[in-house]
Amino acid sequence: MIALLMRDLRLAMRAGGGFGLGLAFFLMVVVLVPLGVGPEFAVLRRIAPGVLWVGALLACLLSLDRLFALDFEDGSLELLATAPIPMEGVVAIKSLAHWLVTGLPLTLIAPVLALLMNLAPEGYVWLVVALALGTPALSVIGAFGAALTVGLKRGGLLLSLLVLPMYVPTLIFGTEVVKRGAVGMELGTPLLFLAGVTLASMALLPIAAAAAIRANLK
Amino acid sequence: MDMVATNLAVARGGQRVLEGVSFRLTPGEVLVLRGANGIGKTTLLRALAGLQPFEAGKVVADDMAYAGHANGVKAMLTVRENLGFWAAVNGVAEVEAALTALDLVTLRDRRAADLSAGQKRRLALARLLVSGRMVWLLDEPTVSLDAASVALFGAVLRGHLVRGGSALIATHIDLGLPEARETDLTPYRAVQRLDGAFDEAFA
Repeated sequence: MIALLMRDLRLAMRAGGGFGLGLAFFLMVVVLVPLGVGPEFAVLRRIAPGVLWVGALLACLLSLDRLFALDFEDGSLELLATAPIPMEGVVAIKSLAHWLVTGLPLTLIAPVLALLMNLAPEGYVWLVVALALGTPALSVIGAFGAALTVGLKRGGLLLSLLVLPMYVPTLIFGTEVVKRGAVGMELGTPLLFLAGVTLASMALLPIAAAAAIRANLK
Repeated sequence: MDMVATNLAVARGGQRVLEGVSFRLTPGEVLVLRGANGIGKTTLLRALAGLQPFEAGKVVADDMAYAGHANGVKAMLTVRENLGFWAAVNGVAEVEAALTALDLVTLRDRRAADLSAGQKRRLALARLLVSGRMVWLLDEPTVSLDAASVALFGAVLRGHLVRGGSALIATHIDLGLPEARETDLTPYRAVQRLDGAFDEAFA
């Protein structure tokens, strides 16, 4: 299991592995929005939580189609299926690796970008908390989508169509936490819902994703 | 332990290709599967590896190591990293012996992307030695190997047999193993049902 995690992290760092790609994409999206909307501080402050979260969603989505597809193409996925690791474990580890190279860096860089979006300073902490709680769900849900579309030629678009609707609860509760945090409102409820969505996806989706991969390998 | 297959039937794309396949494989033995293209050699091996279900029949066997058409080699990792990963997954500590056995020692720090097709194949075969499994399922193991590498692979296979391992191999060439037992799959070709066209619509 550790070996698989280390391999995926190592592959991500090597040329063409995609580390930093999601991060750069996130940066671009969040920089482009103020340019498009115009320099009105009040407007930017109002849309900041939504823009930051949508940016994070899209950045996560960017690298998902490679999650299982590369292993499928070179035959590694078949070999992993016959290896003494359960497929559920493979999915969980690969989701974790995906989060470590996309979700975690996004979370850490978000306060810098929040500055560009003129988010209220009180919201910074909650932005980081919300992303830290929510982005693992993005990786696991994405892994499920990637498992459903593995083996399809050009499955990337279908993957987006499958995964983005499933991101809606995380988006709603995630932005709610940041919005409330920025104006100093009570935010326990959305925070708990956000954590709940993440925990439920982490508990259930690796099993569903493993079943999808087994079916797709047949 | 013996591997015993009884009355196996396998399907590809919803169409049954082989039925009634039975064999026994004892430790130290090689069984070579012969048959024309499309007869179902790959399908049978994939089913034995657990990648797809049997339509009928029963198999009693230990865990098996599978090497299919794809090499399962990561282009951006070095030879040793590739092999080390599979060794770790299978709980095997030692990769040096496998590198030596397939003459990969001088290539150990080279990225797999920079290997030739035959060298990649040798790397894929070296993976069998770090699988820790006694039964090998090999699908065309000698594809893109030159004569010297085929001989090398023959020696590796013989060593595996001496250690009490066994192998089931689908191949068209002569592996230089006189002791290998051969099975022609042609008699087991499934009888096509006449309602095939109807089935296909719902497959």
